[in-house]
Amino acid sequence: MQIQNTLSKGKEIYKDNISSRNRAEKIFNILLLFSVLFGLLMLTVLLIDIAVEGFSWVRPELFENYHSRKPENAGMKSAIAGSLIVIGLTGLFSFPIGVGAAIYLEEYAPQNKLTGFINLNINNLAGVPSIVYGMLGLVVFGRMFDLFKEGSFLVEFLKIPIESGAIGGWNFNLFGLPWLEIHLPFGRSMVAGALTMTLLILPVVIIAAREAIRAVPPSIREGGYALGTTKWHVIKSLVLPIAFPGILTGMILSLSRAIGETAPLIIMGAFTYVPFLPKSVWDQFTVIPIQIYNWITLPQTEYRVHLAAAGILVLLLILFLMNGIAIYLRKKYEIKW
Amino acid sequence: MQTQNSKLSSFFSFTKDPKIRNFREKIIAISLFGCGVFSILVTIGIIVTLFSEAIAFFLRPEVDIVTFFTGTNWRPLASKISPDNFGVRPLIRGTMLIAVISGAIAIPLGLGSAIFLSEYASDKLRSVLKPLLELLAGIPTVVYGYFALSFITPILKQVLENSFGIKVSFFNAFSAAVVVGIMIIPMVASISEDAMRAVPRSLREGAYALGATRFEVSTKVVVPAALSGIISAFIIGISRAVGETMAVTIAAGATPRMTLNPLDSVQTMTSFIVQVSFGDAPAGSINGQSIFAVGATLFVMTFVMNIVSAVILKRFREVYD
Amino acid sequence: MNLVSNIQSYSINFHENATIIRANQLNIFYSGKLVVENFSLQVPKNKITALIGPSGCGKSTVIRSFNRMNDIIPGFSLQGEIKYQGKNIYSSLEDPVRIRRQIGMVFQKPNPFPKSIYENVAFGARINKYQGNLDELVEYSLIQAALWDEVKDKLKESAYALSGGQQQRLCIARAIAISPDILLMDEPASALDPIATLKIEELMWELKEKYTIVVVTHNMQQASRVSDYTAFMSLDREKIDARVGVLIEFDETTKLFTNPKLKETEDYITGRFG
Repeated sequence: MQIQNTLSKGKEIYKDNISSRNRAEKIFNILLLFSVLFGLLMLTVLLIDIAVEGFSWVRPELFENYHSRKPENAGMKSAIAGSLIVIGLTGLFSFPIGVGAAIYLEEYAPQNKLTGFINLNINNLAGVPSIVYGMLGLVVFGRMFDLFKEGSFLVEFLKIPIESGAIGGWNFNLFGLPWLEIHLPFGRSMVAGALTMTLLILPVVIIAAREAIRAVPPSIREGGYALGTTKWHVIKSLVLPIAFPGILTGMILSLSRAIGETAPLIIMGAFTYVPFLPKSVWDQFTVIPIQIYNWITLPQTEYRVHLAAAGILVLLLILFLMNGIAIYLRKKYEIKW
Repeated sequence: MQTQNSKLSSFFSFTKDPKIRNFREKIIAISLFGCGVFSILVTIGIIVTLFSEAIAFFLRPEVDIVTFFTGTNWRPLASKISPDNFGVRPLIRGTMLIAVISGAIAIPLGLGSAIFLSEYASDKLRSVLKPLLELLAGIPTVVYGYFALSFITPILKQVLENSFGIKVSFFNAFSAAVVVGIMIIPMVASISEDAMRAVPRSLREGAYALGATRFEVSTKVVVPAALSGIISAFIIGISRAVGETMAVTIAAGATPRMTLNPLDSVQTMTSFIVQVSFGDAPAGSINGQSIFAVGATLFVMTFVMNIVSAVILKRFREVYD
Repeated sequence: MNLVSNIQSYSINFHENATIIRANQLNIFYSGKLVVENFSLQVPKNKITALIGPSGCGKSTVIRSFNRMNDIIPGFSLQGEIKYQGKNIYSSLEDPVRIRRQIGMVFQKPNPFPKSIYENVAFGARINKYQGNLDELVEYSLIQAALWDEVKDKLKESAYALSGGQQQRLCIARAIAISPDILLMDEPASALDPIATLKIEELMWELKEKYTIVVVTHNMQQASRVSDYTAFMSLDREKIDARVGVLIEFDETTKLFTNPKLKETEDYITGRFG
């Protein structure tokens, strides 16, 4: 048989190519190592570049002053305050909604099409460009669909007293309490900014909180039910306390993503120049990344290169602290089942 | 003992009346359900917001929807407002130019990193390298913009302009694309690596037993077996590059033009939106509305890419489950 | 660590020319833990040698060290030597890639690549730069693996479309396509139904003329049906908690099953193990 004949010589028909293949192996190895190291190298260069340009500009004026026409006096006091308050509010808003959604999806949601759709939707929202959230925030929170504009249907119909000016719209105190001041629409306030950020980080918060809740073993829940308590009671007193460190870690990591976000707040209407500290959450504001952006766009080297780098150092320091806390919490409360 | 007792009693401290208890349970379940469906409201909000304003924009007499998608001039701030000045293609061209270059950087490097982490690195090395690589994704985009403008562009000018006489604009698509590429490396690497690690070890063993080298096992067995997951990672990386805003706004400039030269200044969809937002265009004005038309276009593009990527990834998972 | 074992064992010896692999005093470790101790075995050429024993006694570990498959497991280390063609395959001069090319392996669960049937068989030939006609090689290998008639009309279809037994025969075809000297089979039928198992066993008989086969099996009937020689491994009774595998008895299959030299072997083959 023809085939048999060729194949009896099979061993000679194979050429010994091992040395050339081993060479390919080595080259490939180097290429792979290069691709991993490229990113890390860039990161190192980036950090060094920023430290070199900015380090000597991180000085008291940076924290004590507002932006100034003289670079040596310029600081970002209002931006730091703005960032911290907006992030605090974002945490306050996103925590209950995010954790609530996570509890619903992990503990309550039935296996049906709606749940499948919610899951798909959350994953999709995580991939929506952040700038789109800025546009959503602008219309929904900033302008509130122009419902509270002079002459709008709602204003005419309910005879709402509308103010004009910088903080226009309908201003009132909820239940007459002075600290429960409400402005409609939210305009360019920190409330509007924080709500925009809330929508932005919500998918990430939900995903992180779900993972933390899922990590609680079912036996804990069964143990609780066996004592004859209600579902919510089991969740509140058994599941959530165990999941809490994980939820908190995810929350902090999500907020650390929000603190570096620039575009949504620009679209939403945050200002670049705010020469005062906010007195209430309804004030106008700016944040650190916007201040950095503003400096980058100025022509003078002192702003464009040095102050911007100094601002970046402060921003990275805050990010570093937040991530450090998150890692510390995760390590400290790590439970192995 | 005392503390244990009080703990126990607090565990049982819910109200005894079953009617009130059930009512409370129901209220809680309903509010949790509300949180759950909130995300759907956000999606609806995005769609309604973008499209209602975009439609208002297209209904203006100065604008023509066909010219919008086919026109090659984007001059929304020109004194003469006419449909010819509202052609979005230069913005899409700028966006795609940056997305393609950043993809050309991030896809091979991300895939290479993924193969290294999944097939070559020991568990210990991997546990060090992976978080370091993830750091790249955690750096704020404004920082990347700064890096592009103050570090990459000067080097580019030095090398190309001074040595080869090739003109490089101060704002150029290439610098922006490089930093966008760097920032999406971790995303491409992480999703690809997940896909490769899902490939059963028995396939690798089968190839090793046939005398394959590690290189051959990686490229001829593992990568092909994980290909749909890897492609899904590529698409999502490109989608991220399309939606990237600050680095591009800072480094690529604000000149909408139909160019394929990466050393030119361009404008992307996202950087146009930022530019108009700084200009404080009043609500209802043609520029105020134009950003929603551009935003809706951007949203649809990234949405389609994300969905395609998710579908491919789902198919992939089904193969190995 | 005391590696000198007091275990009683019995082994037959062959003339050097009649053997193809000679394992001498192997100690195998995973992450520093001893899993197989003082294992010596001479594998006769063009015969089927079965490796039997209770689960966890290191049968797979041993067979996987014959073609250095264990190298890809982190923490693996080996003392002693395995001689193949007069050379120690664990010597630093030897390339595991070359060794695996000559000593093929078939695994417990069928593991075809997610490629076409044709590409599965051609895989080894392609990477090893086969100089002959690839179509003929694929056909010949599939004929050898008794799969040709079943798949000749669907060579371009995915290997995943085949049944488990067919997939395993495809893996055998894939292994013999690179014309190895030895075929190592690690419980090749354990994941298959009885009919598919029988087909694999028949195939092994036919392949014996061209290849030396070492087969790991936990199925004693299978060992007695297909093999010429049988090695019985068990756990070292003196270190039962450490679960260290040792060779107890190696003999012609008929002798080992009818007239075992050692009590421990007899207990095992008559089902009194434990």
